Amino acid sequence: MSTLILPDPDRGVLARRNDIARQLKRLVPGATVISDQEGCRTFECDALTAYRCLPLAVVLPVSTEEVAAVLRFCHDNHVKVVPRGAGTSLAGGALPLEDAVVLCLSRMTKVLEVDTSNRVARVEAGVTNIAVTEAAAKDGFFYAPDPSSQIACTVGGNIATNSGGAHCLKYGVTVNNLLGLRMVMMDGEIIDLGGSHLDAPGYDFLPLITGSEGQLGVVTEATVRLLKAPEGSRPMLIGFDSTESAASCVAAIIAAGIIPVAIEFMDRPAIHVCEHFVTAGYPLDAEAALIVEVEGSEDEIEYLLEKVEDIARDFLPTSMRRSQSPEETALIWKGRRAAFGAIGQLSDYYCMDGVIPLSKLPKALDEIGWICRKYRFDVANVFHAGDGNLHPLILYNANDSVQLERVELCGAEILKLCIELGGCLTGEHGVGIEKRELMYEQYTDEDIDQQVRIKEALDPSWLLNPGKVFPIEGRDAQKMRGIELQNLGPEPEPEIESEIEAELVEGHDAP
Amino acid sequence: MTGHMRLGFHAPETEEELAHLVAEAVDTRTPLEIMGRGTKRDVGHPVGAGAVVSTEAMVGLQLYEPTELVLVAKAGTPLAAIEAKLAENDQELPFEPVDLGPVLGYGPGQATIGGVIGANLSGSRRILKGAARDHVLGVRAVNGRGEVFKAGGRVMKNVTGYDLGRTLAGSWGTLAIMSEIALKVLPAQREARTILFFGLTDQTAIEALCIAMGTPYEVSGTLHLHAELAARFTDEDIAGAEVAVTAIRVENFPASARYRANSLRQVLLAYSPALELDGERSKKFWGEVRTLKMFQDKPNPLWRVSTTPSNAAKLIGSLSRKIDVRAAYDWSGGLIWIETPPLTDGGAVDIRRTLAELGGYATLIRAEDATRAGIDVFQPLEPELAALSAKLKHAFDPLGIFNPGRMYRGM
Repeated sequence: MSTLILPDPDRGVLARRNDIARQLKRLVPGATVISDQEGCRTFECDALTAYRCLPLAVVLPVSTEEVAAVLRFCHDNHVKVVPRGAGTSLAGGALPLEDAVVLCLSRMTKVLEVDTSNRVARVEAGVTNIAVTEAAAKDGFFYAPDPSSQIACTVGGNIATNSGGAHCLKYGVTVNNLLGLRMVMMDGEIIDLGGSHLDAPGYDFLPLITGSEGQLGVVTEATVRLLKAPEGSRPMLIGFDSTESAASCVAAIIAAGIIPVAIEFMDRPAIHVCEHFVTAGYPLDAEAALIVEVEGSEDEIEYLLEKVEDIARDFLPTSMRRSQSPEETALIWKGRRAAFGAIGQLSDYYCMDGVIPLSKLPKALDEIGWICRKYRFDVANVFHAGDGNLHPLILYNANDSVQLERVELCGAEILKLCIELGGCLTGEHGVGIEKRELMYEQYTDEDIDQQVRIKEALDPSWLLNPGKVFPIEGRDAQKMRGIELQNLGPEPEPEIESEIEAELVEGHDAP
Repeated sequence: MTGHMRLGFHAPETEEELAHLVAEAVDTRTPLEIMGRGTKRDVGHPVGAGAVVSTEAMVGLQLYEPTELVLVAKAGTPLAAIEAKLAENDQELPFEPVDLGPVLGYGPGQATIGGVIGANLSGSRRILKGAARDHVLGVRAVNGRGEVFKAGGRVMKNVTGYDLGRTLAGSWGTLAIMSEIALKVLPAQREARTILFFGLTDQTAIEALCIAMGTPYEVSGTLHLHAELAARFTDEDIAGAEVAVTAIRVENFPASARYRANSLRQVLLAYSPALELDGERSKKFWGEVRTLKMFQDKPNPLWRVSTTPSNAAKLIGSLSRKIDVRAAYDWSGGLIWIETPPLTDGGAVDIRRTLAELGGYATLIRAEDATRAGIDVFQPLEPELAALSAKLKHAFDPLGIFNPGRMYRGM
């Protein structure tokens, strides 16, 4: 694996490890403080497991006041802090640092209030995403963002990465469903932002905090919007003989004025793996398939599915099938949600999260296929097509160090492609450590500087989750330009590259 | 000190000119009043800067991809032009921006998109589709150092770095001057049906509106008008009601809108649904709501209050015991437009005192210059939030040259 450049550890802090752990225990007697190596090992990485680092200590507070006490102590003692929810980040956003305290909010799991007449819920940041919906479900309400890790991931983590999910085409992402926050600043100050009304006085800090990857403050409570569950919903499966037809069909559905609640895209490898895993009846003969789900009353669903079928016919589908029962619906979604896990059982994979303008979808998928071939990797595509958020899964062998290095290069090339096509590096996973060196592909000096100024205004000492998002702490961003990650390993075999280049010139028809 | 900067009105035609102008203001420490076409110039504290920078000459669509639901416009593009273009493709701005022009002495439809986003103006449909800021995908802007920066992009999902674009929404030109804005758009609603209720008390009306919001029928408008305000609409049944009027809107394709309206009437039978508007008649009513028709005739102070719906009726009840007010509740009570008598403070003391008890905040949208100069137009912030806001301001505009004092004194 390439060597990751992290901020230089503070030797003074490392030397005081035991003392710091002791003081933290005294400071927050109600919280769990872990400082032994074995205990810390659980927290050494998030879902981007390629990078690991044992933290200085781990604190699991149970209240905002405890969070404030820990942050104040760390601030006064110049100790870095890495906030963490369930550790499901796919971008290394919760990767510990050697000299940092991991502040893990997974024990702050209280649903504080469910107010269905005002349609809001107030929850602690460690509550899992699914638990919000579960708390509101008995009254027929739900919380809209539904990332596929929703059983495990926390609301706090969702806020840190502005999570979306399969249904955000209709309901929006986290920032669109958030009304208020309680947050602790790095110096321990507790701040309330927004509330249970639809907008807040003064500047709107909610979008600034949402997606800031735990770098501006530690969110301890959130007030979120609840929505009434639809009367019904039903997906249909449409198979196509080319990815291009599937992509064009997505555009045509939207052009016709229909916004389904979800449009999910799977290519042939993804279809086969998922079908093998759950037997949901995915079209095995197709090159690409769409799951299109609509909502409403029985009549509304019928009307919309008919329209979708009419539109799809123009793209010569190989198959079209409406779900006939709730069981079948559950199975169709189970397959989709299990996609990453199912593919993970076959092979290690490197999951990308780039976003492209929808009209560039056929071109993007074509190019991604060629980039992966160039690096000699198989790729499976399964993603939210309605919003252009791609998740190519590059299949590789994590135990092969050469492959590890090459898969990162391959991923970077895919993300650069997304930017060239008018998109962005990350739609919902965050920049973390994974993509920070690519930030200059998307942004200019001025763009990054403006973001960095906000970081510096709210956390002047860069103690909160440093080393993430910006190319090395931002302040050194200028210096970092052009510096590649170290030890990239050998270049991909030149003959393969030239072979592929030649094929590209011939127009992609070669075998 | 104003150095060599030419005072008066500047309307740069390009982003480079705009940046150059700001850089000049930075060099000469010249405070700038920032605006689009100035229709909301009278909201906030009078700025009193020597130089005015308007984006009105930066006009045009940079990109419009109907199948991607995205539109990118230069900040000075009139809202009306954007909506006309969207209508050609049966699309619309889902947040249905409220048009403050007519209550502030301007014609309808004159605002620029920069002004709409700068003030985060959302209309009745906000309850279903989100606020103006929710539809901002990205911006290009000039900061208070005269540097051009971009944030976000033109795609639907983006968590690449901090979301500065949405942060600029509602900052009233005090953080940066937006030069270009990328927005999410949606297919236009084909039919809007409106169920009307007559003579409900505020409390009962809010109850009915909240019940409607708790149904799966995707209610997109929930309004309750005091009788005197209902009388100012053009629809004869509404204007002639002589009692309070409560309105619930559902939209979608025609058969669905009909189904939803029927279902809602059943749910709300106990509140005696009296009349249902459809087609143009329904659309015309909500069009008038959007231009705040009910507050156009009188020049009285006008407040915009944001609160928790279940507190709304209590809030107006409590306020009514102190001053003579007329209220229009939108967002099922979450937003209250309040017309107050022409008092010296516009009713600020009583409104803010009531809000302190019941929760929420108030912005004075319309008042005489003297009134606005004398009170807090925007809701005063808690000290911690004020300190945080000052830091944000400093990070964008370190010298404080953009709209100084417009939102908060000394900022």
